[in-house]
Amino acid sequence: MSPTAPAPAPFKVLPVRRQTPAPPRQRFYLAEILAGLGVTAAHFFRNMGRWLGGRKGAVTYQWPEERRPLAPRLRSLHRLVRRDDGSPRCVACMMCETVCPAHCIYIVAAEHPNPDIEKYPERFDIDLGKCVFCGFCVEACPEDAIRMDTGILEFSAYSREGLVYPKEVLLALEPAGPDGLPTVAPPPALVGRGRD
Amino acid sequence: MSGALAADLGIAFARVAFVMGFVLNLGGLLTWVERKQSAVMQDRVGANRASILGLRLFGLFHPLADAVKMLTKEDFVPARADRALFLAAPIVSVVFALAGFATIPFGDVLRVGGREVSLQAVPLNAGVLYVFAMLSMGVYGVMLAGWASANNYALLGGQRAAALMISAEIAIGASIMGVCMVYGSLDLQAIARAQGAHWGGVVPQWGILSQPLGFILFLAAGIASTKRTPFDFPEGESEIIGYFVEYSGMKFGMFMMADFLETVVIAGMTTALFLGAWQVPWLFRDGFHLPGGLAIALPQGVVALLQVGAFILKVVAMCWLLMLIRWTLPRFRYDQAMRLGWLGLLPLAILNIVVTAAVLLLVTR
Repeated sequence: MSPTAPAPAPFKVLPVRRQTPAPPRQRFYLAEILAGLGVTAAHFFRNMGRWLGGRKGAVTYQWPEERRPLAPRLRSLHRLVRRDDGSPRCVACMMCETVCPAHCIYIVAAEHPNPDIEKYPERFDIDLGKCVFCGFCVEACPEDAIRMDTGILEFSAYSREGLVYPKEVLLALEPAGPDGLPTVAPPPALVGRGRD
Repeated sequence: MSGALAADLGIAFARVAFVMGFVLNLGGLLTWVERKQSAVMQDRVGANRASILGLRLFGLFHPLADAVKMLTKEDFVPARADRALFLAAPIVSVVFALAGFATIPFGDVLRVGGREVSLQAVPLNAGVLYVFAMLSMGVYGVMLAGWASANNYALLGGQRAAALMISAEIAIGASIMGVCMVYGSLDLQAIARAQGAHWGGVVPQWGILSQPLGFILFLAAGIASTKRTPFDFPEGESEIIGYFVEYSGMKFGMFMMADFLETVVIAGMTTALFLGAWQVPWLFRDGFHLPGGLAIALPQGVVALLQVGAFILKVVAMCWLLMLIRWTLPRFRYDQAMRLGWLGLLPLAILNIVVTAAVLLLVTR
């Protein structure tokens, strides 16, 4: 390189590929507009024809009367699995509380009268306002004591505190039916439980 | 003498009542049509939740629910607004939109007790001009709303509406000249009657066949003058906020109503000028004269009923088409609409006039 040659620019200019102008057919509007009207009119008449024939033309679901079937592996609201006597199968080993990335599980362990079981959860709260529905708690549980198979997605509360579901609420839930839809009602939203 | 006067008054009242009832009810129904038709076009079900005693009737109660909602909402007037003009603007919009339908004929003549009644609210020999005058006056409501709101965004919206109206009105006026030349009148009833002739006794001489370019131009400009999508940049409901940004409650509802009424007026005008108004193919005053030479005599009451029914059917079909267009096309940008109006529709309309004049000259020679 000779000393008189200009120093290379610190940046590179890229050629900009401008958009090619639309073909005349598109710029003339009319043909394209008629094609577009044809698409929407075809939908209109197809759906009206189906409706007249007694079938549903719409692809939407009329929630809440009509519910979309849920996938069997869907992770929905947690439930605590019960023993035969109705007590929780949970042994308060704290695995789920430890693995939970959202820190939404709170367990207080207590001595179980049966020495074979050793411990049981005196408290088992899940803060659904924090839960990210990752399912790690279900994977981590050595006793198969917590599952996310209720199919319940529509739970709500009037406050953040109302979304903390205690042991009793979680124990009362049941697994979803074969269509993935819940078999029990979601926990009721308790009015006035929180501050806001 | 007073009996004849009373009969005249009664007939005039009945004609106006019919037109008012037709336009107002169809305009109100269009809010339901808008929801339902858009839903069906988009594979949805549409508004169906409003019910009276569990009766839903395909969502037909939603217009009622709308009215209740709008009447019970806060009726807000900005502190710095020009109060009188602010109140007058929606009234101006609705009144002129309603009045526009007055000269559109919905039937031929009905002979009642020895007198011939022309079936239109106001028989006027310059009916075409009257409808345009009413459509143009409607924009004053919009501009007043933009000005009186004491809001810059509303003012800009009103200005956009005025610009759109000017570019649309000129194209409308020019596109219609061809029809007036072919049928030789500015009287909508005369134009309607002239469309009753048939080429070779088979093809009805409707405006859409004799003036196809004029039909397309009129439809495009007419949609623009209703300020609805794809020409809804004066309102820009979802983002650019238009002239009625400061309006709430029933005053806003009146602007919305004016849009629907203008849609009905444009549908009526298209029907009257291009779709043969109340004409039924091969139906004459004494009954059907089918192309094969077969004639079916009908009493004049049945003929009038058929004609009015055909007119209503055509207007409803046009409303359907306008809705289809409204729910298919995206919005034009401001400059695109101006370019379309001034560089697209207007030159083509003038070309249409020139070609029509040349053809008429050659044919009549």
